[in-house]
Amino acid sequence: MAMRMRNVANHVKSRMGLLSVTNHGASFSSSTHIGKFLAISPPVRDFKNPDANFSKIATCRFESTKADSGRLGSQYSSIDSNQVLDFPGGKVAFTPEMKFLSESLKERIPCYRVLDDNGQLIEDSNFVGVSSEIARKIYSDMVTLQTMDTIFYEAQRQGRISFYVTAIGEEAINIASAAALTIDDLVVPQYREPGVLLWRGFTLQEFADQCFSNRGDSCKGRQMPAHYGSKKHNYFTVASTIASQLPHAVGAAYSLKMDGKDACAVTYFGDGGSSEGDFHAALNFAAVMEAPVIFICRNNGWAISTPISDQFRSDGVVVRGQAYGVRSIRVDGNDALAMYSAVYAARQMAISEHRPILVEALTYRVGHHTTSDDSTKYRSVDEIERWRLARDPVTRFQKWIENNGWWSSEAESELRSSVRKQLLNAIQVAERVEKPPVANIFSDVYDIPPSNLFEQEKWLREAIKRHPQDYPSVFPL
Amino acid sequence: MTTIFRGLGALTASNSFDSKKLQLPSPRSFSERKASFLLVRSDGSVNLNLGSNSRARRAEQLITNAVATKADGSAASTASKPGHELLLFEALREGLEEEMDRDPTVCVMGEDVGHYGGSYKVTKGLATKYGDLRVLDTPIAENSFTGMGIGAAMTGLRPVVEGMNMGFLLLAFNQISNNCGMLHYTSGGQFKIPIVIRGPGGVGRQLGAEHSQRLESYFQSIPGIQMVACSTAYNAKGLMKAAIRSENPVILFEHVLLYNLKERIPDEEYICNLEEAEMVRPGEHVTILTYSRMRYHVMQAAKTLVNKGYDPEVIDIRSLKPFDLYTIGNSVKKTHRVLIVEECMRTGGIGASLTAAITENFHDYLDAPIVCLSSQDVPTPYAGTLEEWTVVQPAQIVTAVEQLCQ
Repeated sequence: MAMRMRNVANHVKSRMGLLSVTNHGASFSSSTHIGKFLAISPPVRDFKNPDANFSKIATCRFESTKADSGRLGSQYSSIDSNQVLDFPGGKVAFTPEMKFLSESLKERIPCYRVLDDNGQLIEDSNFVGVSSEIARKIYSDMVTLQTMDTIFYEAQRQGRISFYVTAIGEEAINIASAAALTIDDLVVPQYREPGVLLWRGFTLQEFADQCFSNRGDSCKGRQMPAHYGSKKHNYFTVASTIASQLPHAVGAAYSLKMDGKDACAVTYFGDGGSSEGDFHAALNFAAVMEAPVIFICRNNGWAISTPISDQFRSDGVVVRGQAYGVRSIRVDGNDALAMYSAVYAARQMAISEHRPILVEALTYRVGHHTTSDDSTKYRSVDEIERWRLARDPVTRFQKWIENNGWWSSEAESELRSSVRKQLLNAIQVAERVEKPPVANIFSDVYDIPPSNLFEQEKWLREAIKRHPQDYPSVFPL
Repeated sequence: MTTIFRGLGALTASNSFDSKKLQLPSPRSFSERKASFLLVRSDGSVNLNLGSNSRARRAEQLITNAVATKADGSAASTASKPGHELLLFEALREGLEEEMDRDPTVCVMGEDVGHYGGSYKVTKGLATKYGDLRVLDTPIAENSFTGMGIGAAMTGLRPVVEGMNMGFLLLAFNQISNNCGMLHYTSGGQFKIPIVIRGPGGVGRQLGAEHSQRLESYFQSIPGIQMVACSTAYNAKGLMKAAIRSENPVILFEHVLLYNLKERIPDEEYICNLEEAEMVRPGEHVTILTYSRMRYHVMQAAKTLVNKGYDPEVIDIRSLKPFDLYTIGNSVKKTHRVLIVEECMRTGGIGASLTAAITENFHDYLDAPIVCLSSQDVPTPYAGTLEEWTVVQPAQIVTAVEQLCQ
């Protein structure tokens, strides 16, 4: 137990060590102090000792609730025992006054932000500092993501790809959260988080190949565009189903916990996804199982055409965390520095304390839901434009790094033109790459194809041979 | 490991089901791959000709009891190792325990599987032995703990997910269909899902309509999964082990009324092939295809039929997806008459698919249309007498065979 804590402490120190070294010419802004969250937490419960479990089965299973009731118990130590009731789940104080809990708190949960709308650091903010390299990478990846989305969207409109999903307006959530993780953390995405893959090294060509479903596609031509997946980047393949990935993340965290790895699972979902049954069960499971998983909700205001007011009546998603016993925070999702700090802290807590964390990132979905949607049909163009221009997370962070002397307008124009050129090139290359062969229809359904699939493939090939004019000629056999 | 049990698929690539060819080589070549496995039949006899074709195997007359309450064939059993006697649910547990000992990534999750030992005691004692984390009690959310199992499988574990009753897995349909069956495919083969989903299903004794579901008919269309149904203690243990070792997601269907079947099974380690059907009783006049509990109704009817002078061939198909068309085909070519006896409902059941598959592949060999006996298309009633008559009874099987063989 102590060994583990020491390792965590060292790990934390080594990360902080990097940040405290000033790197020739780079400097930190004035208020770079770290908040309270880095305090080492209570020891991890040892689930791998079955003998302990055997001798105290009941106590083992309810250890976590016991710990809680222990804290609760100390509250009641001074109170007459007549005023405390003992029910399954722990002690509760009773009251003769009939009082209903209000459906909402008096005030909404405040939102953690560190940079103001102009990219200025707010007074007395606490955040996790970043080096100039990380800050520059965060910024340039945000620009790359924004440019990629714009160009691929246009490509869809030109009919070059069939479908695309943009993350316009959510660049800070994508990149800054990815920056706060390590490559060992397992990412279980919804579909609006390609920035995490981008941060981890997925190339622009690989993005384009997947969208064009050509031979270079790691999904072998089987998934819709923007449904990326890469095992080597620890990024689970996107499935179109909403929120079904949340229990997957809990399962992945369970696996990491069994292996005792210094890593966590991270999963993303939207405000709409939080209504799915899987959301509730996943949070509940993660809390009960004490699984190291970070739930990041991109509350962007819209679920296709459903606004928040039609999605839930709670104060957003952050208040639900406590209902399941999950520590939560509300963050300004368009503030890259706040996102980075919150996810960084969440990760430390998740791994060292073996607990789930819920991060609600407030943002706005500037783009349409997908290329199959025209959001001007259900919301005003003014609203969209206001968020796109005045609240752009990319420009906000740009101002901050420019103020620190880490960026310049020359670097800006160079970056933008270079990225644009690379993307256009990637598209042109992807268009010319051969499509996947017919065999890809039948492989990987099982580890080894069964007889019925062999038959079906044979039948298809014969049909193609007999009537080649009825089948697309671009598809190699 | 999987290549052993995929012999069927690999070899039929070159042969295909060209029903003109009678002489098909045996696709099951156990002897070449794993000499350490003995194919020990449930009556205790040992099959030494593992690589030979099915004719040699059929030379042994296997007669099992209609309801196996005691080990049969005492003469044959003295010739082989004694084995040990246990009930079917204990056989499942034994298989599960052996795999958990062998491979630390195997874990169990489900409702009340931990200290309670599972609602049918299949996981009894495992939590004490392996700890709370490896035998995980989950809150009540089938879709979500199945999803959790999928996520764990994608990350390298081999979870065994238990549905307290198969019917509850209807809640997990989204995860099973959209994720479990698909993610290996849509990820381009990058992520595999070696999960086993198991649980009791079928019509029990007055459990009510919701707890008498036959989910194999709903799941059979899902691409990417395999389905097997166990029916004896021997194949329960063998299929459990094989399912855990398979790299594909496997759904193992157990039956509520078969958990207390007692049988003598071998002491040494063995595995049953996931894609293979089981020849229960060789015969000449008619092929009766069945699985799970109906196997026992069929064997009971078989006794009556033998007395009446018929010689039915009974095959427990075991593999519900994919069908073992090799064994079934050879049988059809011999008897030319097929009767399917299942517990599924008439519409869209396993029997319906099997009828289509046999007709497509072996139409020329049939002397009569395929007869399929299934439960009616009704929710299972609670009253004992009504419930008994929604399930196919031995008397109906006898009548059907008599009509078929006219």
